[in-house]
Amino acid sequence: MNIKVNGKPTELDQPISIQELMESRGIKPGEVVIQYNGEIIDKTLWATTVLKENDDLEILRFVGGG
Amino acid sequence: MDVLKVGGKELLNRLFLGTGKFASDALIPGIIKASGIQVVTVALRRVDFDNPQENMLNYIDKDCILMPNTSGARTAAEAAKIARIARACGCGNWVKIEVIKDNKYLLPDNYETLRATEILANEGFAVFPYMSPDLMVARQLRDAGAAAVMPLGSPIGTNRGLRTKELVRILIDEIDLPIIVDAGIGKPSEAAEAMEMGAAAVLVNTAIAVAGDPVGMAEAFSLAVKAGRQAFLADPGAVKEYAEASSPLTGFLRDEE
Repeated sequence: MNIKVNGKPTELDQPISIQELMESRGIKPGEVVIQYNGEIIDKTLWATTVLKENDDLEILRFVGGG
Repeated sequence: MDVLKVGGKELLNRLFLGTGKFASDALIPGIIKASGIQVVTVALRRVDFDNPQENMLNYIDKDCILMPNTSGARTAAEAAKIARIARACGCGNWVKIEVIKDNKYLLPDNYETLRATEILANEGFAVFPYMSPDLMVARQLRDAGAAAVMPLGSPIGTNRGLRTKELVRILIDEIDLPIIVDAGIGKPSEAAEAMEMGAAAVLVNTAIAVAGDPVGMAEAFSLAVKAGRQAFLADPGAVKEYAEASSPLTGFLRDEE
């Protein structure tokens, strides 16, 4: 299954939730905000949202800036 | 008590801190504490999974007001999108509008900035537009619902100081919103200069971040901002063309001819 994560084509072996994808990448809820197919998705929905073909995730966080 | 009321908040400290370019983000908590910083800007970016960094928010005191910027936006629509995402992070409703297409001087696009201000003020944001100091645009920003107007002193990151002084002075005179000088301030004396003429606050990033001792430089800026503000409140005397003696012009210790 192919999805896009921060603009990069990404292949998943099996359907997993957003939560599982974040855990596999070492990201904790509260550290990032996620746009799921263009809409912000609340972290309470990460566990129940299972990724499907062609999904588009933007994983964003605050960095230093002026 | 001299309080700055802006964006629905009351501030005692008029030095706003930008958090980019620090050699180590671990310096930031010490700066916030030592200088009593209350407002801090941050940027929103994609997570780089190949080079994961700590979340900047871990370095910012929970009592600080976060002012996410829309850096990276080239249009009003992009700025609005970034602002909405930042607000969804649960960090309050302040946003610094930064819409820039010019990569050499990083000068803001005043037109798109105005458009973004209209959109976001309507959505309940406290909008702080970074702008080139232009009176007509400043009036339009005010009418669009901006919380403050943030004219640049000189191009971002140049440390060239308050080169736009005359134009900023006009904004201070004419616009009944806080005028916050943002960008280009390189030295504490320049921050004091802005405050002396009535700026409501200054936003400093590069000058502190790239100093040999960022903590010491932040304290110097904090003192300068306080000194400049106090001087403004004390109403500086008039500037004159010719000398006017400070000592009496009578009773000299010599015989009059």
